[in-house]
Amino acid sequence: MHIEREETVSDAKEKEDKTAKHPASKNEEIVIDIKGLKKSFGEKTVLKNISLQLKRGENIVVLGRSGTGKSVTIQCIVGLLKPDGGSLKVFGQEVADMDEKELKELRLRIGFLFQSGALYDSMTVRENMEFPLTRILKLTDQADIDRRVEEVLTNVGLLEAIDKMPADLSGGMRKRAGLARTLIVNPEIMLYDEPTTGLDPITSREISDLILSIQKKNKTSSLIITHDMECARIVSDRVMIMDNGEYIAQGTFNELHKLNNKAVSAYFTDIS
Amino acid sequence: MAEEIVIPGWKRWLEGIGDQVGFFVNFFKNVFTGGFEWSEFVRQCYEIGYRSITLVGITAFIMGVVLILQLRPTLVAFGAANMLPRTLSVSFIREIGPVIIAVICAGKISSSIGAELGSMKVTEQLDAMEVSGANPVQYLVVTRILATTIMVPILSIVGDAIGLAGGFLALNIRDSMSFALYFNKVVGAIDFADFLPALVKTIFFGFAIGFVGCYKGFTSNRGTASVGVAANSAVVTASLWIFVIDAIAVQITSLLFYK
Repeated sequence: MHIEREETVSDAKEKEDKTAKHPASKNEEIVIDIKGLKKSFGEKTVLKNISLQLKRGENIVVLGRSGTGKSVTIQCIVGLLKPDGGSLKVFGQEVADMDEKELKELRLRIGFLFQSGALYDSMTVRENMEFPLTRILKLTDQADIDRRVEEVLTNVGLLEAIDKMPADLSGGMRKRAGLARTLIVNPEIMLYDEPTTGLDPITSREISDLILSIQKKNKTSSLIITHDMECARIVSDRVMIMDNGEYIAQGTFNELHKLNNKAVSAYFTDIS
Repeated sequence: MAEEIVIPGWKRWLEGIGDQVGFFVNFFKNVFTGGFEWSEFVRQCYEIGYRSITLVGITAFIMGVVLILQLRPTLVAFGAANMLPRTLSVSFIREIGPVIIAVICAGKISSSIGAELGSMKVTEQLDAMEVSGANPVQYLVVTRILATTIMVPILSIVGDAIGLAGGFLALNIRDSMSFALYFNKVVGAIDFADFLPALVKTIFFGFAIGFVGCYKGFTSNRGTASVGVAANSAVVTASLWIFVIDAIAVQITSLLFYK
């Protein structure tokens, strides 16, 4: 993807935000519905009482200090962790009640971008992209596979790195490649675990723009965990702040920015 | 602050056994479900088999030479120097070849599988595979365990042949024996009861090497230090299993073939 610094997708969104509500407000279908979610590891309670509703086409950013249970929440959504209590419905189905086959089908509709990108390091970028196409979508037509791989890599601006090994990529390129591998199966929900951590400000902005363009182009719903306030400002329709295993505040970025609350304003100290 | 719960050692040990049984059942379940990863299996056979031939060959060759040089003075003292090829052949094919080669493979293959899967866990690649809807057990575990189960017996046969060739070379340092005569004596000394049990036990050695490597890698902790722990633990456990399987195999072979 070619992102021009003069006018980026995020800049366009800023203008749009002044006149229009976020896209989710037009469509109220709820894709993720969490009520009273609880999760403990031994004696340590990580999620005390989490409730969240993600609407179709909406981007929710979750802010919070490290270790407050943000990643645990999204791991529960894809069934990597089993919650101890509460309800977690994705596309109207309770995740805890799903059998292996149902969970596999659900995962086909959810994309998960890991903090490290999680590229398979024994495979080239091309093979990483082909993996979900041949194993999950069971595609066999090589021409179709090549076309999809080239298209998704063009979208994230990584076509020139198609035959490189993950070890030869920079941190930003790895994140974009990880994102491309997730997007290649056209997920309806995207879960981002700290998508801009460890990146320089310019690459962070590019990734944030990419997240926004994915939302607009594919109409995906996204849950974005981040510590990067600039990323939160660019991509969020709604921001939720998590502390000590529960959400303490939610609203649009600007609403929370103006809120007169010590715990919330601590996140916005560097924002003018 | 909550008090830290100390789990007794025996309970952790029992939990470990339970985990291994679960992993074993999961492996077999995935062997017989559809979607076998042929290309990854062939790649693993190449990595595990072909890339180990040099190490196995050099080790086996040296063992063959050393055994002849060690055996010769004793057999000469008893006037049984002509028994050297036969003694080497039986001891190498029945016991020394399979066990030494399996231990070498445990060091090279089991540790490499443990480290590879351990680092995949640390870098979230296993989680990424799982949440994408692919089956990491089918792709990573089934292919590796089956590859070691097939390749270790083949490496053992190749190693036996190279070890016996080393023996021929060592024999000709002090004495003189034609290759035809040496070959006849070596082959003539081995029968079905020597070769088959040795081959069967190498299949179990191969399975243990692959299984332990995969289990240690798959169940390693999240920290980077755990990659080293997984590799180290895989070598130690696989080597121990090789000797346990060997001890059981000797008992079964004695009951069946040497009454």
